[in-house]
Amino acid sequence: MSDGGADGGDWDAAALVAGLGRVDEAMRAHRDGLCELDGVIGDADHGVTMTTGFKAVRAALDEPGAAADPTAALNAAARAFLNAVGASAGPLYATALMRAAAALKGRESIDAEGAGALVAAMADGVAARGKAEVGDKTMLDAWRPAAEAAVEAAAVAGATVADVIGAAAEAAETGSRRTVDMQARKGRSAKLGERSIGHMDAGAASAALLLRALAGRGAVELPSPRTITHGPPPR
Amino acid sequence: MAEDPDASAARARTKKLVNDADEVVEEMIEGVLAAHPAHLVRLDHPRALGAPRGERGPREGKVGLVIGGGSGHEPTFLGYVGRGLADAVAVGNVFASPPPDPIVECARHASGGEGVLFMYGNYAGDVMNFDMAAEMAAMDGIEVRTVITTDDVASAPADRKDERRGVAGNFFSFKAAGAACDAMLGLDECERIARKANERTLTMGVALSPCSLPQTRVPNFEIGPDEMEIGLGIHGEPGVRRGPLESADAVVDALMDAILDEMTPERGERVAVLVNSLGATPPMELYVMNRRVHRRLADAGARVHATWVGPYCTSMEMAGASVTIHRLDAELVEMLDRSCDCAMFRSGQR
Repeated sequence: MSDGGADGGDWDAAALVAGLGRVDEAMRAHRDGLCELDGVIGDADHGVTMTTGFKAVRAALDEPGAAADPTAALNAAARAFLNAVGASAGPLYATALMRAAAALKGRESIDAEGAGALVAAMADGVAARGKAEVGDKTMLDAWRPAAEAAVEAAAVAGATVADVIGAAAEAAETGSRRTVDMQARKGRSAKLGERSIGHMDAGAASAALLLRALAGRGAVELPSPRTITHGPPPR
Repeated sequence: MAEDPDASAARARTKKLVNDADEVVEEMIEGVLAAHPAHLVRLDHPRALGAPRGERGPREGKVGLVIGGGSGHEPTFLGYVGRGLADAVAVGNVFASPPPDPIVECARHASGGEGVLFMYGNYAGDVMNFDMAAEMAAMDGIEVRTVITTDDVASAPADRKDERRGVAGNFFSFKAAGAACDAMLGLDECERIARKANERTLTMGVALSPCSLPQTRVPNFEIGPDEMEIGLGIHGEPGVRRGPLESADAVVDALMDAILDEMTPERGERVAVLVNSLGATPPMELYVMNRRVHRRLADAGARVHATWVGPYCTSMEMAGASVTIHRLDAELVEMLDRSCDCAMFRSGQR
C-alpha cells in the first residue's frame, strides 16, 4: 500500500492515481486565480480548462481497471484530459501524459529514476506538441527547468519519488516566476508583444501548481498576479 | 500596487441565465437541436453536429466543409451549418477549441469521397486540435485540407497576416468556401477560393465592456466606465489602443482607417460589409455605425455589393462591435450571392 508519496516509497499505480487526485483538488482550488492570471494577457479560461481536464482525469481513473499500471493510468488520463477540454492545454497535456506513459512502459511502480523520467517525458511532450522554446513565455518555461531538476534530483542517492517531483515543482515555480519578465512569443499572448511583459504566464503557473500537488508536499499556493510585478532576473 | 486582495472577490458577478455552468454547452446544443431540426442533427459524438446528409448537406461527390471552435460566439460556429455553407461543426467548451474526436466525427460525416476542408480561426489550441484530427481523418482515408482564418487586422501587422486571429470575418470566408463546395467544385478549387476569401477579408473591432465565463461570472478583463479598447480580441485579448470612449463616427473612423490603410480599394471595386455586434451592442448602434462605414467606403471609391448588420460573431455579453470588409472579385461575388440555408443564417434565392 502507498499513501501517494508522503511515505517516501516508490509509487504504484494507486499512488499515482492519488497524486493526480491531488492535482484535481489543487486546480479546483485555484480555478479563479488561474483565470484571472490568464485574463491579464490571454482569454481568461485557463483555470476552467485545467479544472475541467483534471476532473475528467479523476473520473476516468475511478473506472474499474483504468489504472492497472502507471502506463495505463497515464494513457487513460491523457485521453480523458484531451476529450474534456480541447483548447491548447488539451493536446499539450495529452501529449505530455502519453509520453510519460510510454517512458514508464513495463514498470509496475515508479521509483526516483522513474519519477525523473516521467517529468522529463512530460516536458518533452509539451515541447513537441507546442513547438515553443524556453523563453517564449509558455508552460514550457516551467516544464523544462522542472525536467532538469527532476533528473538531477533522481541521481542523488536515496532520493524518493516525492523528492524528485518536489524538486521539479520548485524549479517549475522559479520558472513560472521568470515568465513575468518575458515577452510572449508563442500562444495567444504573443499578439501582445511588449504588453505581455510584467505578467506571469498562466500555463507556467498551472504547471507549477500541478507538480506541487502531485508531489504531495505542503500547501499548494498560486502566486497572486496582483502582488507579483517582477520575477527574479532572467539567467 | 497595494490593491485590496478582496477586491476581485468583491467584484460583482455577472448575471447569467444558466443552470449548471459546467453543462452550459450541452444544454445550449439541446436547445439548438430542438429549434433547428431540419438544419442540424447530432452526429456520433455529443459535440459534433451536422447538416442531414442529402440534398441539404453532405453528399456524394461534394467536398465537405467542417468548421468549429469554442462556444460563446453564437451564431458562430454552429449557426453556419446548412445547405450552401458548412456540412458539420465541432463544438468546443466556452472559448476553447474542441478536441480532435468530434472534429474527426465531423470529417466522416462531411466526407463525400472528394475530400474535406477544415476552416477555423487562427488560435493555438484550434490549430493543434484540428491538426490532430486531420491526421486521424487521414488514417480513415479522408483527405483533409485546412484553411485557417486570419482577418483580425489588430492582432498582427500586415506582413505577418498568417499570425492574425480569425474573428467575425469568418462569416465571409466560410460563406465563400461553402458556396464553392455546394457548387461541386473540386478540393483544390474549394481550398483556393477559401484562401482567397480569407486573404481579402479584414476586420477591426472595438470593445466597450467585458464578458465573463459562465463558470466564473467574473469579467474577463477590466475596462473603465468611460473607456473603450480598439482591436480587442473576441475572447477579451487586449487590443491595440485603449482610450476614452468616442462618438460612433470617430470609432468607425478609427476602425475604417486601419482597414482602408491595408485594402486601398480600386475605384469602383465591389465590397461586402459586416457590422457585427459582440453581443450586448444593439442594432440601433450598429446601424449608426453602418451609416459611417458606408460613407467611408464611398469616399474611398468602393462600391458596396451587400451589407449585413447584427450579431454574427459574438463574445457572449461583451459590448462592442466589429467592422468587416470583404473585397470582392467576380468569383467571390458569385460565391457570396449563391443561396444558403443554415440554422441561423439564410441568404439568396433558391
